[in-house]
Amino acid sequence: MKQIKIKSDSVINGIIKICGYSSILFVTLILLFLLREGLPALASVPLSSLFSTIWYPIEGYYGLLPLIGGSLLVTIAATIIALPFGIGTAVYLSEVAPNWMKEILKPVVEILAGIPSVVLGFIGILVFVPFMRKTFHLATGLTGFTGAVLLGLIAIPTIVSIAEDALNNVPPGYRQAALAVGATRWQTIWGVTLPAAKTGVLTAVMLGVGRALGETMAVMMVTGNAPVMPDKWNSLFLPLRTMTATIASEMGEVASGSQHYQVLFFIGILLFLLSLAVNIAASMVSTRQRKRAERILS
Amino acid sequence: MRNLRKALGCILAILLLAGCSASGTVQQQASDGSTQAPAAAYIQNKGSDTLVNLALAWAEQYQKEHPEVSLSVTGGGSGTGLTALVTKTVDIANASRQIKPEELQAAKAVGLNPQEYVVARDAIAVIVNPENPVQHLTLEQLSRIYKGEINNWSEVGGEDRPIVRLSRETNSGTHVYFLEAVIRLGNSKDKAIFSRDTLLLPSSEGVIAEVRDNPNAIGYDGLGYVTPEVKVLAVSGLKTPNDYVIPSAETVNNNTYVISRDLYMYTQDVPTGAIKDYLAWILSPEAQKIVTTLGFVPVK
Repeated sequence: MKQIKIKSDSVINGIIKICGYSSILFVTLILLFLLREGLPALASVPLSSLFSTIWYPIEGYYGLLPLIGGSLLVTIAATIIALPFGIGTAVYLSEVAPNWMKEILKPVVEILAGIPSVVLGFIGILVFVPFMRKTFHLATGLTGFTGAVLLGLIAIPTIVSIAEDALNNVPPGYRQAALAVGATRWQTIWGVTLPAAKTGVLTAVMLGVGRALGETMAVMMVTGNAPVMPDKWNSLFLPLRTMTATIASEMGEVASGSQHYQVLFFIGILLFLLSLAVNIAASMVSTRQRKRAERILS
Repeated sequence: MRNLRKALGCILAILLLAGCSASGTVQQQASDGSTQAPAAAYIQNKGSDTLVNLALAWAEQYQKEHPEVSLSVTGGGSGTGLTALVTKTVDIANASRQIKPEELQAAKAVGLNPQEYVVARDAIAVIVNPENPVQHLTLEQLSRIYKGEINNWSEVGGEDRPIVRLSRETNSGTHVYFLEAVIRLGNSKDKAIFSRDTLLLPSSEGVIAEVRDNPNAIGYDGLGYVTPEVKVLAVSGLKTPNDYVIPSAETVNNNTYVISRDLYMYTQDVPTGAIKDYLAWILSPEAQKIVTTLGFVPVK
């Protein structure tokens, strides 16, 4: 009996190990594939063309700057929109809300996370786009800002759930101590709980940024997709084109192995690097904190 | 402990069963393939979004008359359809433009010999919001609007409003046709392209929705897609700039409306069997009648 136990244990251990390693394998394979398909773009398209400002691939214009600029602008704007709402909701859920409210609010936030982005995009086209045009007296409502609002909505649930976990992990003793020395509830949140959960909250924001950066469908539907260089003060309120939307709308058409195909994969590499940078930043923030926490404990 | 053993036994049994049934189906497929049963034919049809409604209507009617043939029709754009043809994933590619030399070369490289069929004609309607007082434009004005040289409606007889240019994405055959026939006015040496702030929308519906909603917008789309909620402009040709013509089956067939083009179907090779019959039927008067009801123009 004991022998069988050991044997089945090692089998299951093995299976779990394979599962764990497989994700490393997948990421490596995806990266290799991206590099193999995308790097030839650097050889076949002159760098001066890649870093120009005109993107019109069917005539051989491969300027990536408008696309990179568009993605960054929308992502930053979405983060600025999502940040107060996301952290505010998390603080309310973890510190202020009575239990019955928590029980309603948490599932609602989870439902928001579950809404497919294409549905949000559809609502965006029918509701946000006309609203933006009329409210801000724009030439068209299909703008980067409309996209940023939708992306904010998409990023909020990610920020809320991770930031709330971080706040809940703050030992109750911290709050009790703060209240005991006469701090108000707001002073406790702002001065003690939030700083104590700082790294978790930062991680939440970083993951929200990653979510916004990679989102495709909703952005493609409401930003107008005009590859304009976002270099004016009001660029956020003009149409723009993101990297993800470009890949999604053009991938179906290209002949595999063509110059255009290679450039689209090169955009994929850039996106991969960007989200890698966001993830590394997130994990650096959280490991640094752990080390400090360990120092305090020891 | 016993539970665990039971579970392991179960998993093993399932794996064994799955293995048996899988090998069974493989054998079945092999025997089917060798006999090449003519009873049920399956035709895959993909490509141009302009053609997709028409292709669907044809497929529905044809399946009613020939229940032994099953057809699947999908859109995605002319380029998408032709790429699928080259990778041999579809039998018939729909295209709203002629096959490009590169695509033909790619097809020849994998041993295909694509055959071209003109199955219908289409007019590109230029559309604006019904609130826009502009009724007509010359082809040259249209070209200058889309090149970014005219930026306000007042320059072409409208109100003082900025012009918002709408277009389909670059993978749309309509986009390429509009570039060549309107922006470059049919001059193949012209290297002009769409103004960079042209909005590239992923679908016909997107273009129609924005024009319906926005009085600044101008767009273009296949006549078959235009809904009554948008206004179709009359357009005049280069030679007769004062004769403005509204697109219709009649004005396309007597060649007075200038922005019109042929719609194509491509097969992998000289068609045989079910595909050949289907294409012959599409060119029959019965099928061409469906063309008219969908707002396209029949061939001949």
